[in-house]
Amino acid sequence: MTDTFVRSDPKLVAKRYRAERRFRAYGLGALALTGVFLAFLLADIVVKGWPAFVEHRALLTVSLDAASFNAAEPLKGDYETLVRDKFRERFPEAASRADRKKLLSLLSVGAAEDLRDMVMADPSLIGRELTVPVLLSADADLYFKGTGTGVDEKQTAWLEDLKSKGEIESGIAWRFFASGDSREPELAGIRGALTGSLLTVFVALALSLPLGVAAAIYLEEFAPKNRFTDLIEVNINNLAAVPSIIFGLLGLAVFLNFFGLPRSAALAGGLVLALLVLPTIIIASRAALSAVPPSIKEAALGVGASHQQAVFHHVLPLALPGILTGTILGVARALGETAPLLMIGMVAFIVDVPGGFTEAATVLPVQIFLWADLPEIAFQSKTAAAIIVLMVVLILLNAVAIYLRKRFERRW
Amino acid sequence: MIVWTFLLAAAMTGIAFYIGLARASALRVPAGPQFHSLPAYQGLYLASGALTALAAGWLLSVLIAGQASVVVPVATVLAGAAAIAALYPRIGSSFRARNVFEKFLLVVLFACSAVAILTTAGIVFSVLFESIRFFALVSPFEFLFGTQWSPTADPPSFGILPLLAGTFLITLIAILVAGPLGLLSAIYMAEYASPRLRGVLKPVLEMLAGVPTVVLGFFAALTVAPWIRDGGEALGFSVASESALAAGLVMGMMIVPLISSLSDDIINAVPQTLRDGSYAIGATKSETIKRVVLPAALPGIASAFMLAISRAVGETMIVVMAAGLAANLSFNPLEAVTTITVQIATLLVGDQEFDSAKTLSAFALGFVLFLFTLTLNFIALRVVQRYRQQYD
Repeated sequence: MTDTFVRSDPKLVAKRYRAERRFRAYGLGALALTGVFLAFLLADIVVKGWPAFVEHRALLTVSLDAASFNAAEPLKGDYETLVRDKFRERFPEAASRADRKKLLSLLSVGAAEDLRDMVMADPSLIGRELTVPVLLSADADLYFKGTGTGVDEKQTAWLEDLKSKGEIESGIAWRFFASGDSREPELAGIRGALTGSLLTVFVALALSLPLGVAAAIYLEEFAPKNRFTDLIEVNINNLAAVPSIIFGLLGLAVFLNFFGLPRSAALAGGLVLALLVLPTIIIASRAALSAVPPSIKEAALGVGASHQQAVFHHVLPLALPGILTGTILGVARALGETAPLLMIGMVAFIVDVPGGFTEAATVLPVQIFLWADLPEIAFQSKTAAAIIVLMVVLILLNAVAIYLRKRFERRW
Repeated sequence: MIVWTFLLAAAMTGIAFYIGLARASALRVPAGPQFHSLPAYQGLYLASGALTALAAGWLLSVLIAGQASVVVPVATVLAGAAAIAALYPRIGSSFRARNVFEKFLLVVLFACSAVAILTTAGIVFSVLFESIRFFALVSPFEFLFGTQWSPTADPPSFGILPLLAGTFLITLIAILVAGPLGLLSAIYMAEYASPRLRGVLKPVLEMLAGVPTVVLGFFAALTVAPWIRDGGEALGFSVASESALAAGLVMGMMIVPLISSLSDDIINAVPQTLRDGSYAIGATKSETIKRVVLPAALPGIASAFMLAISRAVGETMIVVMAAGLAANLSFNPLEAVTTITVQIATLLVGDQEFDSAKTLSAFALGFVLFLFTLTLNFIALRVVQRYRQQYD
């Protein structure tokens, strides 16, 4: 008998092993590239958005004489003229009309509002001399952040003069969280958008959670195996993959044109988002329900419970953590959704914070979209800052979902 | 008004439950006959009856008297009260309240699951009706074969071909990016990564999947597009600031998690015995993957790609923010092109006139988009399903 064992060529083996290592490196490289992209995306947004959380103010000494400011009616005083005059007095060299205009453009148009709010809160300030911070315009603010190109030589000199004498302070821009949208970058905030998001997602959740869980229970536990059930299942799976903009068309044609719901309102937006996340919630709930072992249900049936009692008293509570996790992920999706809301008019410029479900509102992602379109450089930073807020909320939601999954996950 | 009517209806349902509960509890005496259903079920029975009557009363009165009429809350409450009064005498020891209530609940559950069908029907009809109105104004022939898309020009022209070309171009770039990256990631995750590494990598991919598209659009428009323009100009190409390449690249990165998670599932579903057989005849791991696992997983991976294509075609925010607005029949990735979704969004943001071809054309585009993605999804989901059963 001859030796049938073929000794392999060492060169060939080495080549095959090299191919093996190469292939492995491709896989790792693909993952690394994806990770680098994500890291770069996040870093870019943080770097761009960080400055928007800081604002610069000029310190101005003003005296609120009792003649022009009445403690009984602090709202009536002309704070704007006061602040402007004081600021002009600070720079007597700016005498010509053009120079004065340039000088005043360093102050925000809302500069006097902080002073007014201060006096409103404490009318006893009237009659006293006090040093107040007044908000600088976006261009001046950007100059101090080192990214501004909107100030000329004279303005630079004035700003440097203020800075060298310690008359510039910087602080956290709380107004970014406290005010609504504005045409002026330094005054614009996300409170309106955040409220709108909250209202919209509340409507979406209030509708899609009960509907989705009920549908999942029916399909998983009670549905007979027939053509109609199959049709429902195919529908749900397809709806999960329908582009979100199509849901916007549905909302426009059905909710606005047919049912006559108000445009731009959180109600219509919430309805559209409810339909959008419904498949997600149904699919997640079904997975959670089917993960509960049948022995639990059989035990309940064995001691005389009806089918519904077994499901509602025993299977559903055990599936609840999974359903909750899926729901949170659905909420996260609804919170980041933009395209369908554009269709139903939630893109209007809205300064006021919405007070109800039927009032005109916008949501955070749409606010981001609107700001991203604006030409002012200062709005770029605001956009990135709004993105940071949105991402933080989404990451928190996901963290809660992961925690719930880890905490309540059961291996049967 | 409508809010108050609903609150009133909710209160009446609660009252009905309580009346039923109290009545049954009062009837149930220790020495008396045994009850078929617990008192709570008697309450639920009465509540479900009241709820049905309330809903019917509300619907009828709205249809007859109109939504704003005072008749509506009155009629609703009267219907509820009548139902409670009519059903109240049935409560008793031999009444099978639980069975009736469970039947009611089953109908409610069924109705909830039928919402999915209603949604699909709503989409089809809303898009279809407006499209039919559009095709009454513009001939379908012009729509499908025209090479000019300028809905705001005078006279407007509605040729979909430049939009299809733009959509195709951006989708192609996206798939060229996402396909290899997603598939290789999935292979590494499924075949090579240790459980610990998987535990790190999976959240990274899930996080990328969770980034809202408006954020990616911002990144594409303000960071990636300028790079590509500057880079291209340094190499001597003239690059549009809203090049198809920038939108396509970022969209590709968006799709990586979709392809990788679907492919990961599919590769994991390939039975271990196939791999073991390959190892036994001396194949290396990568040879096994390339010659055994991937061919076995091919239909599933193909459907993952189909779902990815459908996702790319339907994606809106990235292209609205980073791609062009003007239709341009071009296959040059450095030029600005526009897509179907961009046009739908720009046509419907702002003034809408439902008698002009301009607004209606958005619905015709939506119809095309819906049909296209539906076909892809339908085939892909079918394949995935059949494929899963095969190895289960």
